[in-house]
Amino acid sequence: MTENQTLHHNPIALHKALDRIWGTKPGWGRLAAVNHNVIGVRFMLTALVFFAIGGVLAMLIRTQLASSQSVFMDAETYGQVFTMHGTIMMFLFAIPFFEGMAIYLLPKLLGTRDLAFPRLGAYGYWCYLFGGMILIGALLAGVAPNSGWFMYTPLSSSVYAPGINSDVWLLGITFVEISALSAAVEIIVTIMKIRAPGMSLDRMPIFAWYMLVVATMMLIGFPPLILGSILLEVERAFDLPFFDPTRGGDPLLWQHLFWLFGHPEVYIIFLPAAGAISTILPVLAGTPLAGYRMIVSAIVSMAFLSFGLWVHHMYTVGIPHVALSFFSAASALVAIPTAIQIFAWLATLAHGRARFSIPMLHIFGFFFVFVIGGLTGVMLAMVPFDWQAHDTHFVVAHLHYVLVGGFIFPMLATAYYWVPHLTGKQPVQHLSHAAFWMIFIGFNVTFFFMHLTGLRGMPRRIFEYPAEFGWEVLNFVSSMGSFVMAMGFALVALDFILLFKFGRAFRRNPWKAGTLEWAMPTPPPSYNFASIPRVDNRADLLDPDVIGPHLAAGRGYLGMPRDDRMEVLGVNSVTGEPEQLVLLPRQTFLPFWTAVATGSFFLLMLFKFYWATPVALAAVIVCFCLWSRSSPSSFDDDAVPIGHGETVPVHIRAESPPSYLAMVLTLVADATLYISLLFGCLFLWISAPNWPPANLQSPSLWLLILAATSMSLGSLGSRISKKSAHMSLLGNGLAFAGHLISTGSFISIAFYSLPSASGHAATASLFVIVCYISLHGVVGSIFAAHALWRALRDHDMSVRVLDLKIGALWHDYSAASAFAAVGFCLLLDSLVRDGGV
Amino acid sequence: MLWGSFALFTLVLGLFLAAVLAPRFGRGVSQARWIILGGLILPVPVLAGLTFYAFAQGEFLLKGAVSEANEVLEVRAIGRMWQWQFSYPSVSGGPVHTDILHIPAGRTIEIIAESEDVIHSFWVPRLGGKIDAVPGHSSRLRIRADQPGRYGGICSEYCGTGHAGMQFEVRALGQDDFRDFLTGGLRHD
Repeated sequence: MTENQTLHHNPIALHKALDRIWGTKPGWGRLAAVNHNVIGVRFMLTALVFFAIGGVLAMLIRTQLASSQSVFMDAETYGQVFTMHGTIMMFLFAIPFFEGMAIYLLPKLLGTRDLAFPRLGAYGYWCYLFGGMILIGALLAGVAPNSGWFMYTPLSSSVYAPGINSDVWLLGITFVEISALSAAVEIIVTIMKIRAPGMSLDRMPIFAWYMLVVATMMLIGFPPLILGSILLEVERAFDLPFFDPTRGGDPLLWQHLFWLFGHPEVYIIFLPAAGAISTILPVLAGTPLAGYRMIVSAIVSMAFLSFGLWVHHMYTVGIPHVALSFFSAASALVAIPTAIQIFAWLATLAHGRARFSIPMLHIFGFFFVFVIGGLTGVMLAMVPFDWQAHDTHFVVAHLHYVLVGGFIFPMLATAYYWVPHLTGKQPVQHLSHAAFWMIFIGFNVTFFFMHLTGLRGMPRRIFEYPAEFGWEVLNFVSSMGSFVMAMGFALVALDFILLFKFGRAFRRNPWKAGTLEWAMPTPPPSYNFASIPRVDNRADLLDPDVIGPHLAAGRGYLGMPRDDRMEVLGVNSVTGEPEQLVLLPRQTFLPFWTAVATGSFFLLMLFKFYWATPVALAAVIVCFCLWSRSSPSSFDDDAVPIGHGETVPVHIRAESPPSYLAMVLTLVADATLYISLLFGCLFLWISAPNWPPANLQSPSLWLLILAATSMSLGSLGSRISKKSAHMSLLGNGLAFAGHLISTGSFISIAFYSLPSASGHAATASLFVIVCYISLHGVVGSIFAAHALWRALRDHDMSVRVLDLKIGALWHDYSAASAFAAVGFCLLLDSLVRDGGV
Repeated sequence: MLWGSFALFTLVLGLFLAAVLAPRFGRGVSQARWIILGGLILPVPVLAGLTFYAFAQGEFLLKGAVSEANEVLEVRAIGRMWQWQFSYPSVSGGPVHTDILHIPAGRTIEIIAESEDVIHSFWVPRLGGKIDAVPGHSSRLRIRADQPGRYGGICSEYCGTGHAGMQFEVRALGQDDFRDFLTGGLRHD
């Protein structure tokens, strides 16, 4: 208590005490960083390095195409260059950059000190960095992926791409996508649970709404891509013919899985940028954002629609026209939520008094470029037009208008708006205008003329073209434009370097914003807020100039550091009232080592040391088990004071702790992958040639029933174990045994009961489904074993209830998916028997 | 579509510049009305009309850009790395050519696109849309050349290092010439 007294209302002492707890240690300690300020900035800087690499590749492409006489690159090099340009810009720049932005900004906008799972963020970052390094390493070694960034099979199959090029893409990108999924879970849980008290859902800053929608889309959108990558890698490595038409596979399955991810991806990239505009533009216009609720409903409907559009990338594969027109109408429909946002921004500008500052200039660039991209998008959504323009440079121009307009210009606005927050310095603004105009003019020269190149019939991805086709002048103009644009980006880089060196310091809140990230010193301290505010208005209409000093003096919640604990408040998802004290884990090297173990798994796969991969997987599992041991020391009391005379329980004793929601979300992503797998198999039955298979003998019904029933023992066991300490031993023992028996039976089905999985896609599908369930059995038995160990070790039930609740979710899901698998085996059997189509 | 896009582009950018530069512009219109007018009333009719028109146009093109599709001639186009082979399934013992497709002018042609290896895409820019040749599938596309002449064709789905060179030529012949061609009477030049 005495320590608290001295800290009370003394900002400097409070800062020192908090920074000692939250700050990242120097030297090797940097590898143990878990703080969102550090991780967010690392994500963004790494993404910028990849952006530069992708940009250099783009210039190589433009150099090659500038003339019909070009002998600069051969076809193979060109294939690697354009594939890597697309792959890097999409997977290693755009997604990680906005993830970093969200990781950096969200806790600040939400009025809290960190994200819900700091270690998960650190683990995601290392996965991203190592995965990206695999791809860049392959580029330098000349074995980069070379079949286009959407990796259409059979061109990417082991027959037509025997080298490791395709494996680099499939494994490297899947490795990187671990960071996208972990960021999605982390962002959703943080927005739902870790906010300032009083911040009900309808008081959230608009950016949080955008990120909530984006993270949900990532959670549903990435599993189909990951599934597709796994299936293609399994086909390449073990000859399971999912995409081989001679053995009941279908190349179109890859296209469906890829675009089921790939189209939402466009909105996943656009919406964070739109969220930034919705945050910045009202501040620059000096008036609140128009139509907050309309925008929220627009982005939610956009998210739903975006999952119904993927076929518009596949108009030319021979799908019936009536089916195409459904997707065409849906593609046109998605223009409406976009129009609502555009006009909400225009209404905000009309009702405000806009300052034409540098961020506003980039917002102008966004309007100009993105509206053109949207209009050509509507054109391409129309089936007959697309039959003509598909796979030409018109599409290349369109997608650059959408992505550069919808992401790069808003991100430049974002950078000029928030870099002062990050550095504590304001720009000097000598180069900013010139840089903008060079990018803007260079971009439009490059890509506006590319529309015409495409309409004149130039297909994409050709490395040379005959002079007499009349494409040369347009291509030359595009190449010149691209060099102007590249110089513009170099000027932006120089501009920011100058800002870091010579920028002017400022006091607080230079833009007169109404959001909480300005209610803290800049650059921000590791803990963001010395104490946590209570929010009594919409969180973009606050007054940081008043709130900041108040919080720095420790007059908010949790303004008293206690025993080296990292404390934040967990709130009710809807009302925003405090419900629990969330204790975050301290700095640790575990995320780094776990990512190293994960990376070794991917490298062993890449270099075909398949026999050694179980060792790497075991290392990953051991690392993750260690995570649970380094949890922070807890409080003994049920009610812990948080300031203002209020008390709440610690999160492990609370009704709905963040980790429980995280498990639910993980299972949602898991189930999406599983459902995609089941529907993928049904798609093969409907669409693929060479069905039905000659010898699909179904596994023994009794073995299937044994396997599924023993999996449900896990579910039963977890219910028993909640009753008392003794029952806990019994229940978890039951769950453990059930999982082991089930896994054993499923594995015996996979390897002994089914015909050879490489014979036909039908058996390959059943094989993969059964392996999926076995994997869940293995993980379930680890959950049960961990619970058994805890039950034997300590008897404090209240502490273990959370583990048991999370384990129960897993057990229930495993049992349900096991029964679904058995049902699917029987269904496929009867479909094939009753005369396949 | 081009002029419509130009009009919409000018409208949105004009509103943006007016709202930023002219302080009093648009203040008389309430914010909700801005959003409803621009976000719903403006795009819905445009998009609905466009979608229905495109559907009708697509149906028309599917029939081969004629109202009555009689006497459709089928051509099998087999793509392989990196050439096209054309044959006439309805003509027994008919000619088979590589990278040159002979068709009769003024008659609707149905291309049956197939592939022997990876995905290719059949496209003759001046004669109509494109169709992917996906291994394991046969997809159909109707094209038509109204005038005799030569038309360039190109593979438009990336299919490996030979993709850029996977070009072919369509020779649209008059009725008599084409009859000669089928019976082997037409000399190659």
